[in-house]
Amino acid sequence: MSSLAASTTDFASCLDRQVPAVEVRDLRKTFNRKDRKAGRFARKRAWPALADVTCTIARGECVAILGQNGSGKSTLVRLLSTLLIGDGGEARVFGHDVNREASTIRRLVNRVSVEASFFKKMSAAENLSYAARFYGMTPRQTRVAVPEILAKVGFPPERRGESMEHLSRGMQQKVALARALLTSPALLLLDEPTTGLDPRSKLEVQEFIREVRAEHDATILLCTHDMGEAETLADRVGILDRGRLLFLEPVADVKRRFGVQTLEQAFLAATGREFENEQSDEDDEYREVFA
Amino acid sequence: MSEFALETRNQLVGLFGIVERNVYLTKRYFLWDLAFMVWTIANTLTIVFIARAANLAPARENTLATILLVGAVIWAFLGIIFEFMTETVAWERWEGTIEYTFMAPLSRLVHLFGQGAFAVLYGLIRATILFFAVAAFIGIHAPAANYGAAFALLAIASLSFIGVGIMTSVLPLISPEKGAQLGFVCQGVMLVVSGVYYPVKVMPEWMQWIAKISPATYVLRGDRASIVYGYGLAWADVWPLLIIAVLATPLGLAVFRVGERHAKKHGKLKRSG
Repeated sequence: MSSLAASTTDFASCLDRQVPAVEVRDLRKTFNRKDRKAGRFARKRAWPALADVTCTIARGECVAILGQNGSGKSTLVRLLSTLLIGDGGEARVFGHDVNREASTIRRLVNRVSVEASFFKKMSAAENLSYAARFYGMTPRQTRVAVPEILAKVGFPPERRGESMEHLSRGMQQKVALARALLTSPALLLLDEPTTGLDPRSKLEVQEFIREVRAEHDATILLCTHDMGEAETLADRVGILDRGRLLFLEPVADVKRRFGVQTLEQAFLAATGREFENEQSDEDDEYREVFA
Repeated sequence: MSEFALETRNQLVGLFGIVERNVYLTKRYFLWDLAFMVWTIANTLTIVFIARAANLAPARENTLATILLVGAVIWAFLGIIFEFMTETVAWERWEGTIEYTFMAPLSRLVHLFGQGAFAVLYGLIRATILFFAVAAFIGIHAPAANYGAAFALLAIASLSFIGVGIMTSVLPLISPEKGAQLGFVCQGVMLVVSGVYYPVKVMPEWMQWIAKISPATYVLRGDRASIVYGYGLAWADVWPLLIIAVLATPLGLAVFRVGERHAKKHGKLKRSG
């Protein structure tokens, strides 16, 4: 994979090893959304998705941000991947400002989201080749790299040419991981990569994330609501609650700080609420997207 | 390789990627395309048969049928370009890939131009099939036709159409639900004012003024002259198309950038469907 990075983009000019992978200061993002309970003609109200979030992620670190649906995890990922423009504060990726230097950041970042989004009629190999072209990989390069990366994520070679719509959710998520890694990103943003997967696929994906970390000089931001996953994969764990980052520390420090045995208990101690009783993600869908 | 050369190379590979993806999708939807082609031929026949009903002398009937056919073919060609451009955002939003495309290091100009380039190639193939299929069915004779000049003018006009198409492609970014339909409204308005089945001079004066800034006006006029009377490329048709292309592409791109910024401010890039 490292050879692919060298062939597509010269990262050396973009990366300074002294600079943190991610620096976020007082980052704010507010959406306007309708209150469904107030009726069809209700006025939109401001909904803070991120409220003064501040954190730093060192290069090569794996950090997990925990939070229930609607807590702001995906908003943070979208801001760092230049898909959203914040309302205030500052976010830098390898020292580059997400608003002013978006094109530089795009060469350094890739992402896996909860929905494995692909052109459904195209095959896994075609989807990966298509994504790779945007990062400068020619057909000659992808003819070698695509089968290589698919084999690495445990994708059956005989199904490479099959339409994505015929693949299981677990298979699709593996292809999504392969897509993100094909471009050798310096920062990998994983937004609930195992949500909805069966236990076996989940373990396979987690194992692959470990491998990526071990073999690849990537920084990983893992957003999840799976506390076990966060505990096993991350160096530090943070809880994002209703747009506020409550802390970002090693798991042992979190447990010590709250005097608890588990992260669920830490969430309860920090917020006064049970982790499982948080709001549904459906509310999140009612932002202006559907207005 | 210098940084500029590397970046240029990467952008060209990205442009190829957009065209390649559309080739994959066209192959996958081949039967749908075939059905659409049959529908377009049938629709064009309904227009060209009007010439038969006009009770004219055979030579004049043939001329009228050719004039109507050219109008219908340009309508179909423009329809393909507008569909591809307007649906650039809508398709990707539907498939859920839009965020991956917008976070990729591909310049927006290359992204949209790649989409336009495929639309032009695909549209030219369809327009050629449509023209000859309907001409054969109706029995249109065009012995003096200068197809080379007609084809060249259509190719030049394509640059203007892509520029205008880039402007309309922003609509689904601003309004995910209604944007694509608004793009088709733009296509319809452009053809109405450009004299798609009639001379521009029969329209009210204010519409004739709008016709002057529509690239379709010049391609309809020039292609009719080439196919019916065998004229070559006329500079009077070429220069307005070049000026519109030079102005429309950067303007379209600027409009798209404003729309993209709006979408990023309000979270409208997110998948729907």
